[in-house]
Amino acid sequence: MPALLEVRGLTTRFRSSGGTVTAVDDVSFDVAQGETLAIVGESGSGKSVTALSILRLIPTPPGRIEAGQVLFEGQDLLTLDDAGIRAIRGSRIGMIFQEPMSSLNPALTIGLQVAEPIVEHRGATWRDALTRARGLLDRVRIPDAAQRLAAYPHQFSGGMRQRVMIAMAQACEPTLTIADEPTTALDVTVQAQILDLLKTRSEETGSALVLITHDLGVVARYASRVAVMYAGRIVEIAPARRLYRTPQHPYTRGLMQSVPRLDSDTAERLVPIEGQPPDLGRLPQGCAFAPRCRVVMPRCRTERPVLAQIADNHAAACFHHA
Amino acid sequence: MSDIALAPPARAPSWEFLTRLVRDKPLGAICGVVCVLFLLCGVFADVLAPYGFNQISPLNRLKPPSWAFPFGTDNLGRDMLSRCIYGARMSVIIGFSAAALATAVSVTIGVLCAWLGGWFDMLVQRFVDAWMSFPELIVLIVVVSVLGPGMGQIIVVLGLALGIAGSRIIRGAVLSVRQTMYVHAAQSIGAKSRRIVWRHLLPNVMAPVIVLFTNRVGTAILAESGLSFLGFGVPPPAPTWGAMLSGSGRAYMYQGPWLALAPGLCLTIVVFAISMFGDALRDLLDPRMRGSR
Repeated sequence: MPALLEVRGLTTRFRSSGGTVTAVDDVSFDVAQGETLAIVGESGSGKSVTALSILRLIPTPPGRIEAGQVLFEGQDLLTLDDAGIRAIRGSRIGMIFQEPMSSLNPALTIGLQVAEPIVEHRGATWRDALTRARGLLDRVRIPDAAQRLAAYPHQFSGGMRQRVMIAMAQACEPTLTIADEPTTALDVTVQAQILDLLKTRSEETGSALVLITHDLGVVARYASRVAVMYAGRIVEIAPARRLYRTPQHPYTRGLMQSVPRLDSDTAERLVPIEGQPPDLGRLPQGCAFAPRCRVVMPRCRTERPVLAQIADNHAAACFHHA
Repeated sequence: MSDIALAPPARAPSWEFLTRLVRDKPLGAICGVVCVLFLLCGVFADVLAPYGFNQISPLNRLKPPSWAFPFGTDNLGRDMLSRCIYGARMSVIIGFSAAALATAVSVTIGVLCAWLGGWFDMLVQRFVDAWMSFPELIVLIVVVSVLGPGMGQIIVVLGLALGIAGSRIIRGAVLSVRQTMYVHAAQSIGAKSRRIVWRHLLPNVMAPVIVLFTNRVGTAILAESGLSFLGFGVPPPAPTWGAMLSGSGRAYMYQGPWLALAPGLCLTIVVFAISMFGDALRDLLDPRMRGSR
């Protein structure tokens, strides 16, 4: 089956007074129809920029997508004209942002905002779109949907607003939904509800899901495949189970060891990853993780390892597996 | 999950808005009444004024305020109350037209600059810088002396002058709204630029727009008075507050101080009332402040 989304060699740079920063560096991955791919990494590892680059939502200047292809259903999104990319956004690819408190327009009612993509892409009348919006709010389990259409965002809690965002993103039944840290700003108790909802809604509409997160617990439960990013690059990509059982890259292993597990019977100590995340403006010459790596070799400091296949569906960028 | 929002949706009918205005902003409500009175004075000047604005009565020259002439009479024996009421008409026309034009110009320039950005923003803003380095009154005097005095010229020039200067405020407001997540979200659902500007940017900059408009009404009335004071205003005998202050008001300051006090007080009260009413409106109407109390 051909991939729904193929990202090839995506490179996005930001220019600032302090020089050029490569936020996303030669990133490639695929998303198959209906699957859930998680992109994990710490803050500043380039996962959000990757997501924004796919829909060309990088503010230019200072940002610029400098190289690569984003093939969506065989079409390169990076070469489309403005009208072309607009026809994809919200219609074929839905996007959910991190901050539900600020990603709804405070001056418009919920109904109008959920109906907007339907009017924009399906050419529906506002009346029809609002009727559809009511159904969408029902399906994201907002009680009293008919009444809530006329409410304003400030009358909703964070979790409710994120439900509204999900309804908006999936209003046109996109084949791909990108969720950029959809639960980071929410209470822990609400997080699971939102993720479950996102998952079931994606299954209902047959949409593939790219889930961007720094929470490995989220990944384990919801993702079928995982890409781990570090300093703008993918350092390991594997099916979720496999990545948990046999992480290959030292960074992934470090991540696994630094997360408490309920199922471990021994009283293992958590092992933190030493050092600081790298400054993207001044990356070391070799492997970006080398300064923090426990198994670093002389070669790691001079050469940069490429992402190489080490087993079926499992690739890592480390000389220990080359 | 907390369901704060079981309250009915906030779509207030107008009478409810009025009660809110009176309850939450009593000073704003009083100032609103003053504004309405001022508007009515302007509109119904013919009916309200006891005498004509140019009706001369040589027997009653420089009479102090009395029951017959509540604001007194001027050096030609014209009733000051009638002249102030007719003056309100000029002020209404000039103040509101110029402010409307100024606000339209500000919003157009401000939104275009902030939204398009890049070299367009750069060029236009340097022009605005250059424009703002001239005092408005100087520009006005130059234009009026070239085109000749008249209400049309004053409205257009004031509207453009105040509008260009005010575009800075709108541009700043739009720039900050442009950075918000909901504008990104609107882009991410594929909304066209026109729709983003109309539905997502403009409603969220209404607060500065309302304040700018009311501020401009006051400024335009004052600027017209200033022009009339300098002799570049609407030509006599049409009564304007500025001309009344500068003409007989100044010349007969010692014999009849009411000649300056009457139009001066009118001017002060109206400008104050308009800006206070504008502030109250902003507080009540700004959708972002809804539910904040």
